[in-house]
Amino acid sequence: MNRLFVNKLILGLSTLSAVIGIGFLFWILITLSYKGITSIHWSTFTNDLVEGGIRNLLVGQFTMAILASFLAVPLGMMAGIYLREYGHGSKLASVIRNLSDVMMSAPSIVIGVFVFALLVDPFGGYNGWAGIVALAIMMIPIIISTTDNMLALVPKELREAGIALGGSKHKIILQIVIKAAKVGITTGILLSFARIIGETAPLLFTSANNQFFTMDLNGQFPSLTVSIYNLATYPDEASRELAWAASFILTMIVLCINLIGRFVIRNKK
Amino acid sequence: MAESIVMDVRDFSFTYPGVEKPSLKKINLPIKENKITAMIGPSGCGKSTLLRAMNRIHDLYPGNTYEGEINLYKANGEKENILKIKKENDFIRLRQEVGMIFQKPTPFPMSIFDNVAYGLRLAGIKNKTELQDRVETALKGAAIWNETKDRLNESALGMSGGQQRRLCIARAVALKPRVLLFDEPTSALDPISTGAIEELIAEIKDEVSVVIVTHNMQQASRLSDYTAFMYLGELIEYDDTEKIFLNPGEKLTEDYITGRFG
Amino acid sequence: MSGKLFRNFSFLSATLSFFLLVGIFAILFTYAQDAMHAFGIDFLFNETWEADEDDEGGVFGGFIPIVGTLLSTIIAMVIATPLAMGIAIFLTEIASPKISKGVSVAIELLAAIPSIIYGMWGLFYFAPIVQKTVGGDGVGLLTAGIVLAIMIIPFMASITRDSMNTTPLVLKESAYAMGATKFEVIKDVIMPYAKGGIIGSIILALGRALGETMAVAFLIGSVMSLPHRITDPTTSIPVLLANNFAEAQDLEMSAMYYLALVLFVVSFVIISAAKFYFFGKKAK
Ligand SMILES: Nc1ncnc2c1ncn2[C@@H]1O[C@H](COP(=O)(O)OP(=O)(O)OP(=O)(O)O)[C@@H](O)[C@H]1O
Ligand SMILES: [Mg+2]
Repeated sequence: MNRLFVNKLILGLSTLSAVIGIGFLFWILITLSYKGITSIHWSTFTNDLVEGGIRNLLVGQFTMAILASFLAVPLGMMAGIYLREYGHGSKLASVIRNLSDVMMSAPSIVIGVFVFALLVDPFGGYNGWAGIVALAIMMIPIIISTTDNMLALVPKELREAGIALGGSKHKIILQIVIKAAKVGITTGILLSFARIIGETAPLLFTSANNQFFTMDLNGQFPSLTVSIYNLATYPDEASRELAWAASFILTMIVLCINLIGRFVIRNKK
Repeated sequence: MAESIVMDVRDFSFTYPGVEKPSLKKINLPIKENKITAMIGPSGCGKSTLLRAMNRIHDLYPGNTYEGEINLYKANGEKENILKIKKENDFIRLRQEVGMIFQKPTPFPMSIFDNVAYGLRLAGIKNKTELQDRVETALKGAAIWNETKDRLNESALGMSGGQQRRLCIARAVALKPRVLLFDEPTSALDPISTGAIEELIAEIKDEVSVVIVTHNMQQASRLSDYTAFMYLGELIEYDDTEKIFLNPGEKLTEDYITGRFG
Repeated sequence: MSGKLFRNFSFLSATLSFFLLVGIFAILFTYAQDAMHAFGIDFLFNETWEADEDDEGGVFGGFIPIVGTLLSTIIAMVIATPLAMGIAIFLTEIASPKISKGVSVAIELLAAIPSIIYGMWGLFYFAPIVQKTVGGDGVGLLTAGIVLAIMIIPFMASITRDSMNTTPLVLKESAYAMGATKFEVIKDVIMPYAKGGIIGSIILALGRALGETMAVAFLIGSVMSLPHRITDPTTSIPVLLANNFAEAQDLEMSAMYYLALVLFVVSFVIISAAKFYFFGKKAK
């Protein structure tokens, strides 16, 4: 019967799509692990880029991502709190919510260009601060939307009970509502951190890169991802190997943070 | 006067996947042709489970265990044990013969006309005039023709709750099934809409045999010809509705229908 | 912290998104002024991108990167859409809950892999395969499009899955109860029901593909020429910016800002459309 054949065909193709998707994941992870592990040496972690290692790059990438989080998390959470707790239902809040979602999908390279014009061009050169700001701009909308969504899950009764006990609104938000949404917001923060730690495009012409170990944010700042981009296109084998090692380590970091994030949700629920 | 039987549940037990004890134990229940059979019993006793076995809708989810037989008698007297069905097109045929109306109205996200025509099209009817005729007949049969004839092409989602339920009945009736299974078709409905649906069910029994699950004792006694009382996965008593309500054979049944239930 | 201060601070933070958006637009617009004055709207259709000897002026047209962006996106969407729909169908309607959960995690991990990794993997493992099977140099439109597709599939599939999952169970059951096959239930009940979310996910994925930089930078070939065959190398707006923005001078720099502005406006429009038109209807 014709209908049954179409049914089987489509279901078969759908299953095939899933197999293809999983296939690519394994293909990428396996080749990456193979290339990465065979290219990692002890010196990869102890040397800086100038000596063929990634120590300064890891430190630099984490420094920028962590400082970006210090900027983005409070701002994003406060904005999310406004949208859900103060402005909820208002026209303004819904406009801001939509704009923030649009910001979430803005091309990362454009954010790089914007920050270049704002913080690199006028100050005469690439600097770590610019990289931090670019990453923070990427992170803020994600934090806003997680905070907003997670606060939405907190039952209204909880707030009402707090008010009924005579708490003031901001105390109830800080002491009750945020606590109730803590797990979800933490997960969101972890996932967005995993997202920005792997970003390249916003750093290319903001913090650029540095071969040496430095903590001076006023100058070019070492970046793991920007280095991968450079190293991969160099013709010599050693550079490529280092690029594979760095890619493998970066992917492991990102996937681990992701899994930890998901693990947090599962265990606290 | 001997009434013929359209479906016959025999020694039927049913176990959900991952559950140790069966949810239905050795059920024996005949469904008489062109009659209304009501199933009553406290919440969780297995009414829906039994109903959902009768068109094997359970099989959308894997891992159920069936024991015993559920026979469906064809017009020509042949019988088929529907628990033996394995092939997809036999399932499709079964569900066209044994229709189901759910507790909540379930209009599909399409126009009123397409909702009623949906099952007919699936059954392979392509002829436009035939489709139109059968949709009209079904809508008239479900007593919503007058309300809908001018808006057949509008989305069914815009109808009121009561209308949506009647639309779903029309949709099922249009397929001319031999049996229609109703799972609490009037729960959470106002008295007027409830009345309309009861009237409708009473009318369609000339065409189909009806099985209805209800929590409303008055509804069961008003509407049905036969009543089955279930308790904790067992069928306690089955008889003429009049007998069950006026002179039940079992103490449990009496306690339940008089509301003296512990 | 007093209640009032807290409230005001949260309000200011909330308005930040607005100021960022306006700020990005204003900055790009301002810096693009020189190129806008020099080339006007023809910029979008001019193929030439040439600096003068003295590096001070030149003729700059955005046609090639614009075409490259569009074509690589189209290839990616053509490949990704059916596969993502298939995966979503598999996850919601075919797989057992256990398998569905496992595959979902895998798909989400695929989405979490940084795009630079896709680029590198694509360059060293995928490009040679494309070269062997289809010909060309390995890098080019097709390779970029395919790897871009792999990148956006997980994203599209998981939003589609979520919106398909919102279809009420009884609605599906009543279609099955009328004798529909699984495919018919998907086509006639689930897809129409989840339509808004599905189209929204496609448009959002489109926005991502248009703005994707790193995966494409490794794979599109980065040459300023129009592709004649699908395997030809070319460039795209994000890639041109990534490779040449920092070294550009004066008018060329301004032309780069112009391109960034075009990309920003296009993705703004696309994402807003997805937001307001498709997701907006269902929200609240
Ligand atoms: N999917 C399932 N998996 C496991 N057990 C189930 C499932 N569905 C129902 N049950 C169990 O089977 C028993 C019968 O449930 P059923 O839904 O048939 O009761 P019911 O008589 O229709 O109740 P109600 O009047 O509340 O609708 C109950 O104990 C219930 O917990
Ligand atoms: Mg029930």
